[in-house]
Amino acid sequence: MIAFNTNKMKKYTTIICALFLSFAFTSNAQQTPAPKQSEAISIEGATAHLGNGEVIENSLVMFEGGKLTFVGYANQKIARKGTIIDAKNKHLYPGFIAPSKALGLIEVNAVRATNDQDEIGEIIPHVRSLIAYNSESKLVESMRPNGVLIGQITPNGGRISGTSSIVQFDAWNWEDAAIKVDDGIHLNWPTTFRKGQWWIGEPKGFIPNKEYQKQVDKVLNFISNAEAYGKSSAKEINPAFTAFQGVLNGSQKLYVYANGEKEIIDAITRLKKEKIAELVLVGGYEAHKTASLLINNNVPVLVQFTHNLPSFEDDDYDLPYKLPKLLVDAGLLVGIQNGAASNFQTRNLPFYAGQAAGQGLDKEVALQLISGNTAKILGIDSMYGTIEIGKSATLFISSGDALDMRTNQLSHAFIDGRNISLETHQTKLWKRYMKKYNGK
Amino acid sequence: MKLLGLCLLWCSTTLFAQDYFPENDGVKATNKNFTAFTNATIYVTPVDVIKNGTLLIQNGKVVKSGISITIPPNSVVIDLKGKSIYPSFIDVYSKFGVEQPKKNASVGRAAQYGSSREGYYWNDHIMPENNANTKFKYDNKKAKELIHAGFGVVNSHIQDGIVRGTGILVALNNKDEDSERILDHKSAQYLSFTKSIAKKQAYPTSLMGSLALLRQMYSDAKWYSQGKATTKDHSLEALLENKTKVQIFEAKDKDNALRADKIGDANGIQYTILGGGNEYENIAEIKATNAKFILPINFPDAYDVSNPYEAKYVSLQDMRNWNQAPSNPKILAENDVLFSLTTHTLKSPSLFKKKLEKAIKHGLSKVDALNALTTAPAKILGKSSSIGSLKIGRQANFLITSGDIFDSNTTLYENWVQGHKNVINDIAINDIRGTYDLNVGGLTYELKIKGKPNKPSAELKQDTTKFKAKINYTNNWLSLSFAKGKEKKQYRMIGLTKANSNVITGKLVLPNGTENTFKAIQTEAFKDSKKENKNTKSPSLVPITFPNIGYGFNTKPQKENILFKNATVWTGEDTGILENMDVLITDGKITKIGKNLSAKGAKIVDATGKHLTAGIIDEHTHIAAVAINEAGHNSSAEVKMEDVVDSEDINIYYNLAGGVTSVQLLHGSANPIGGRSAILKLKWGETADKLIYNNSPKFIKFALGENVKQSNWQSFSRFPQTRMGVEQVFMNYFQRGKEYDAIKKSGQPYRYDEEMEVIGEILNGERFISCHSYVQSEINMLMKVAEKFNFTVNTFTHILEGYKVADKMKKHGVGASTFSDWWAYKYEVNDAIPYNAAIMQSQGITVAINSDDPEMSRRLNQEAGKTVKYGGMSELEAWKMVTINPAKLLHIDHRVGSIKEGKDADVVLWNNNPLSIYAKAERTIIEGITYFDLETDQQRRKAIQKERSLLIDLMLQEKAGGAKTQGPKQTKKEQHHCDSL
Repeated sequence: MIAFNTNKMKKYTTIICALFLSFAFTSNAQQTPAPKQSEAISIEGATAHLGNGEVIENSLVMFEGGKLTFVGYANQKIARKGTIIDAKNKHLYPGFIAPSKALGLIEVNAVRATNDQDEIGEIIPHVRSLIAYNSESKLVESMRPNGVLIGQITPNGGRISGTSSIVQFDAWNWEDAAIKVDDGIHLNWPTTFRKGQWWIGEPKGFIPNKEYQKQVDKVLNFISNAEAYGKSSAKEINPAFTAFQGVLNGSQKLYVYANGEKEIIDAITRLKKEKIAELVLVGGYEAHKTASLLINNNVPVLVQFTHNLPSFEDDDYDLPYKLPKLLVDAGLLVGIQNGAASNFQTRNLPFYAGQAAGQGLDKEVALQLISGNTAKILGIDSMYGTIEIGKSATLFISSGDALDMRTNQLSHAFIDGRNISLETHQTKLWKRYMKKYNGK
Repeated sequence: MKLLGLCLLWCSTTLFAQDYFPENDGVKATNKNFTAFTNATIYVTPVDVIKNGTLLIQNGKVVKSGISITIPPNSVVIDLKGKSIYPSFIDVYSKFGVEQPKKNASVGRAAQYGSSREGYYWNDHIMPENNANTKFKYDNKKAKELIHAGFGVVNSHIQDGIVRGTGILVALNNKDEDSERILDHKSAQYLSFTKSIAKKQAYPTSLMGSLALLRQMYSDAKWYSQGKATTKDHSLEALLENKTKVQIFEAKDKDNALRADKIGDANGIQYTILGGGNEYENIAEIKATNAKFILPINFPDAYDVSNPYEAKYVSLQDMRNWNQAPSNPKILAENDVLFSLTTHTLKSPSLFKKKLEKAIKHGLSKVDALNALTTAPAKILGKSSSIGSLKIGRQANFLITSGDIFDSNTTLYENWVQGHKNVINDIAINDIRGTYDLNVGGLTYELKIKGKPNKPSAELKQDTTKFKAKINYTNNWLSLSFAKGKEKKQYRMIGLTKANSNVITGKLVLPNGTENTFKAIQTEAFKDSKKENKNTKSPSLVPITFPNIGYGFNTKPQKENILFKNATVWTGEDTGILENMDVLITDGKITKIGKNLSAKGAKIVDATGKHLTAGIIDEHTHIAAVAINEAGHNSSAEVKMEDVVDSEDINIYYNLAGGVTSVQLLHGSANPIGGRSAILKLKWGETADKLIYNNSPKFIKFALGENVKQSNWQSFSRFPQTRMGVEQVFMNYFQRGKEYDAIKKSGQPYRYDEEMEVIGEILNGERFISCHSYVQSEINMLMKVAEKFNFTVNTFTHILEGYKVADKMKKHGVGASTFSDWWAYKYEVNDAIPYNAAIMQSQGITVAINSDDPEMSRRLNQEAGKTVKYGGMSELEAWKMVTINPAKLLHIDHRVGSIKEGKDADVVLWNNNPLSIYAKAERTIIEGITYFDLETDQQRRKAIQKERSLLIDLMLQEKAGGAKTQGPKQTKKEQHHCDSL
């Protein structure tokens, strides 16, 4: 349903554009962002899943000025501050984090005018996602009722797609949304096999990519040139080389997308040789076969989401389901991303983790894959990802287990202590039509 | 060449020019001499073999063959002592000498929907009027290649289009002209499922469209033959004229063979089928077609799997195909399927022998092989009385060989066609191979002559010094030269060899120009070292599974009686969820639900702590299909998804592992009126027909919105381009359907129109619509159209804005099958909300959750679970959305969809609450047969690893042995969605 060739619409673009604009004006914009936390909030009685593997039954969590001030047991004798929320029999979670997503960069896949996720050019690290991020996207809004409160907004396409930024999902504009500006650069490592171009007589499936080594060399050549460029103070600015300096000096992370065993070995070995300090593997379909290499080089993995089909017919039917567990068991630092899925799917992030738990992964560990671990991998763990004193109060209350669709039911969500709305364009339509039918 | 020239000269004297042609370059003379081939082993037929026999020919025909034959005095006698004679080969599937159409390179942006011809059938790809004879020009060069490969006669035709017209039967007679060579100007009619590359008409875009087109064509031809048509149609006239010919169908695949055969059966035609080489995988069904087959033997080369990273891209299925495909001819022969072999798909006829040897090495008997090259093709063409054997009166088309024709060391000397000799290898050549003492200018050298008798090579040395010797051996003249010393002084020798002599003598020219003689005396006879090393071990074959891919079954699973003890049973009925319940399955049915049940002979499954449910039913899927959309017309009611079921799709296995047991395979959404559905049970390992429900309810796909308007791709020429137009398509078709139905019911003669028949079924309430739909306006529209024509829309599928018109839907009486939470992928799903299912359900509509996606389809239980989250559905109602509700929508709820006594035993055992993300299907059963369980799955995983290593090892060995390999690749099947074309 979602595979569209959006390049192929010239004549009708204007019409669709006009239609879309008129629609946008007549429909509701995003929920109004919540104001700054003005008084303390105490959440009492919940089972608190901290996002670092720990659970506190019958917990007490307090926050003030957007920061957590107390995380402990409810039976502890301590004064409750501000508004008290009774969360008995409920569950408390850190806000989930969706890495490697083009949320807010594309609204409707088939409508080209809404597409801001893929710029022209092979190696364009200077292209920045943040300034195109639509903080009023109806898609972004729809993440929140499922507990997904933070995202790494990432450009797509090409070899080096551009620079991402990390945002929270309740903001007036991209500046307000930003948690970490220009946090990383995204490199699609070349693949040893590619899809055959059947229209020129190649077979329909996957065939060896004869250009692989050339493409790898091009990447490495770019990196060494960027490095050389950085050693002098050039008068003529080279935007791509300039943009890459952060990766070279370790202030930005390099996210390298690779799935095959050979590609992973090549990518990690060669990039480490280039002395790239902060390296994250994204995808990792065969990362379990290269675990020791990844551990030795201290490379974490943002593994592909579990709701996928096996890539090879002879693979285990449940390989995508259990892949996160295989990586955790191998001792890797693991988070889950669904970069390859449509944006709307990102609200299913908790269930991807739940699926991994269904394969025998401890539920609290599964939770880490979309909270604490991801924050660490993205480098925002000093403030986000876990429920710990001193960190941002970005968390939510669910009436049941938030990793299971049966029980994921949010009553409250807070971003930096701000009590955000859980309404969306979709809940409004739901209520509007139920009202119509109920005659009220 | 010289020899060939001589032969030509000799033959020209026997030229049988037509008697009534005037002669002006001399006086008229005829040659009625006989030619007698004596003392040969003669294969009159593959089983009628005469030792030391005589073959007598005259005027290009066999006069007699036998042992004691009186040789007429006016006979040229050729002694073939020790040699063998075989009938020349026949290729039934050739394009020899026939000009093939070129691809239409015109790059029009808009698709062409109409026909480009006048006075012919409405579809350009139907061309029975084509006749290879009009495009034929005898091709000497190609003929020579075929003659060298042993062929004497080929049936050539235009290999283009769905109906391709007639072929011509040509003898590869390089000496005479077409009047002699062409044995039949209209020898057979050829058909296929593939469109013409020269024509641009869009329809059909799919396999099921090709099938429907053929059905309609045959029915139109019948109508035409009764004189009922009011217009002239050259195509149908030609089709009727060709009716008596042999009908040869290009299937190229085992499943397509069955598809073709079905069309044949429905029209009283038994096609001869061009196979694809995988017929062995479903041999029982192939045999049951009763068709004769034409088999290509272009067996796959081994994959180069030396790089393990690359080897993983080669599936076990493809590895097996390499291992098993050479057994295809043998397996067909064992099953008494009559077949011929063809050079079709081989790059050159010169590769034919090697491939044939491979088939024989894989067990094809030599009798069957010879049959497949001589008597069988003659039989297929209905020409046994003139070709294919050396019985009296047959064409004198035969091969003379040094021995067993299928042995790689045998020399093919001559291929006679229509009494004309073609020399492949000189039969009169003296075999001079061996080791000699060569005396040259007083010195003795050791000369070794080896290689082939006709094309020997030489090694020359004196003591330990080696010399590079040049050798040429033609017409028994040996010339030999070598250079010696720093100055490279040349020694040249030439001599005529004698038969059965140990000595070769002749003229020697020394470097200084003086002439002398040389003498070579044989000291040792020639030994063929190749022959001794020959690997006679028959190749090791891996077993065929059902289906023949990694996760196939070794043997088809059997029905069992099973008693589930102490399960939590989700009945899907009013009884709700029952704790600690026993469920008994016998003979494929659910027979008892209760506490403390016992049953003799039933397998006991302890289901304590587990959940037993009915199998999941997916109202909307596109898995298990080889095609999805017939997009060539805005209505394609004539096409059937039942025609294109792919029972080998791995997604069937994935679905079973996700607890799915029944699906509706829907046509895509390329047009307002799509094709008819196939309702399937996912019986992994069975053939396509066995997956289809018996007494299946009849369904058809309709579609609305962006896809049928072709909004999201470059297409501006097909009606409709707007929602306004979509309504008009429906109004027009239903009105025409009504009119058609009225004529039909009146008893008047009418032209059968498959599309209108289907529309009639809808109007008469016999066929149900499942309509792809998004926005409220169009949903409302279709209900109003239906009401105008007095029928009810059965299901809206997708129905993302159904919640906006739920009251109207309820009133109309339509059901809904929707996504749990999809939206934002198209403009028309802006207002899609995950609460849709809950809202519609609250208004009393029967609601199902469907997939339309091979990934989601294998975890529909979770998608049902989402309705609990979005809209607060009860767990019981949520579970119904993927079981009894879709069963109701599909009118199969009396058979499946719930756990109820008397229903089909289509059940799933889960380790957890089935709506939960943590639930895993442990065992999936259809009609009492376990098609998936975790334990068997684990065993298959291990078996796959083992078999892959075995085959990789065999391929590496083959590569090491110098065999040609092909690069690794992954032949991945397409994953289909609604708009897959």
